[in-house]
Amino acid sequence: MIAIEVKNVTKTYGDKKALNDVSLIVKKGEVFSLLGVNGAGKSTLIKILSGLEKLTSGQAFIFGYDVMKQTDRVKHYIAVSPQETAIAPNLTVEENLELMAGVHNFSKKERAQKVREIIDTFSLTPLQKQRSKTLSGGWKRRLSIAMALISEPDILFLDEPTLGLDILARRELWNVVKGLKGNITIILTTHYLEEAESLSDRVCILKQGELKALGTAEELIAQTSTLSFEEAFASLVEEVNL
Amino acid sequence: MKMMMFSTRTLKEIIRDPISLFFGLAFPIIILLLMTLINQNVPNDLFNINSLTPGIAVFGLSFMTLFSAQMIAKDRFSDFLTRLYTTPMTAYDFILGYTLPLIPMALVQVIICYAVSIMLGMTFTLHILFAIITILPVAILFNGIGLLCGSIFNEKAVAGICGALLTNLTAWFSGTWFSLELVGGWFEKIANVLPFVHAVDMGRAVIDGDYANIFPHIWWVVGYGLGISLLAVYTFQKNMKNS
Repeated sequence: MIAIEVKNVTKTYGDKKALNDVSLIVKKGEVFSLLGVNGAGKSTLIKILSGLEKLTSGQAFIFGYDVMKQTDRVKHYIAVSPQETAIAPNLTVEENLELMAGVHNFSKKERAQKVREIIDTFSLTPLQKQRSKTLSGGWKRRLSIAMALISEPDILFLDEPTLGLDILARRELWNVVKGLKGNITIILTTHYLEEAESLSDRVCILKQGELKALGTAEELIAQTSTLSFEEAFASLVEEVNL
Repeated sequence: MKMMMFSTRTLKEIIRDPISLFFGLAFPIIILLLMTLINQNVPNDLFNINSLTPGIAVFGLSFMTLFSAQMIAKDRFSDFLTRLYTTPMTAYDFILGYTLPLIPMALVQVIICYAVSIMLGMTFTLHILFAIITILPVAILFNGIGLLCGSIFNEKAVAGICGALLTNLTAWFSGTWFSLELVGGWFEKIANVLPFVHAVDMGRAVIDGDYANIFPHIWWVVGYGLGISLLAVYTFQKNMKNS
């Protein structure tokens, strides 16, 4: 089943093309990574797909719903964990989760149940009464993802989820994402190539708003006749500059 | 439901911030105590409690603008609003969620202000209750300014504009600390086209039981309050669409 369909999407800011005629399909349950250097168009694509940004031309669909014309329907399927941790600093971990359940219109009983479940799933029990501003970077990211997941979305957009985290915290979050694999569709943007290779079913490489390659890590390595994913990425991104 | 959840969050964020509590509650009371002390040691009745309290009540509300604007700006730049924009929340939920909790907070602030004044010698009359009620349009005005500034500026700019500029404008042009007629000239003219002096004069008229003198001050406050609130709602909605 197709979760996301992007058809010839172009986004311009004045004269600058942030996305240029991008087309792709993401299947339900996939972990799909968007890779590229700064300004490649990753965040713009996520913003368009989550209804935060209008596209200039082309079409994009979430489970068949047009992201431009049926944004309210689309919102029921998606959740976003933005690049910044995006939590309410003076609320406790539990209150942040309850807030997110509340803005999705769950009843008091449902809210309590969902908060309990997600606290267990993300091992947040010892921190549930702690104000979120006092959490470490890794726990803030974990909470951020938990907040996105409390509405049980079909598609989760993870924008640079491990940016600025130490290797241990990053690996812990990888385990969280691996645990979600297959249950929901995940669109991941990251600068860490090993993260994309380790977690993704398929990878899309963007360069200056254009789609340069799409496939599994192995396919991209084979396509570029390189020995590693890092070399494949460098080869694809550098080719354009020649 | 969504709006109520968001309102609760707004309320908790503000009351759990010790700086907000200090400037919102303690600071106006400290000023009230200081001015009363000064008044006891000067020969003329410079800071009469009946005249001073409505001014301090209005001045205290200017800090509410700062808290509200700072929170909105922080939410915008921390991506918290980006996250919430992808939920079923509407512009109506956001705007009411940000502004409604500030109304009871403003009332509590003003009640405490008058309660302290009574302890300092102000005679308790029914006029005080009316003065507390008539603070509502003033609270709406300062709320609107907060929503507007938070929707336009970043956190740093908000601190400068609402924290320094607005509180000073409220202090200087409200006629709380000195008589504007005494200064006269362009200063008085500017003060009279701004809403602050009208908010204070309205409060003073109510405290004096001189209800006819609420007018035209109340129209200035209501007019500014409505105008700024509509502009703030428009700006917030525009931001939401362009997020």
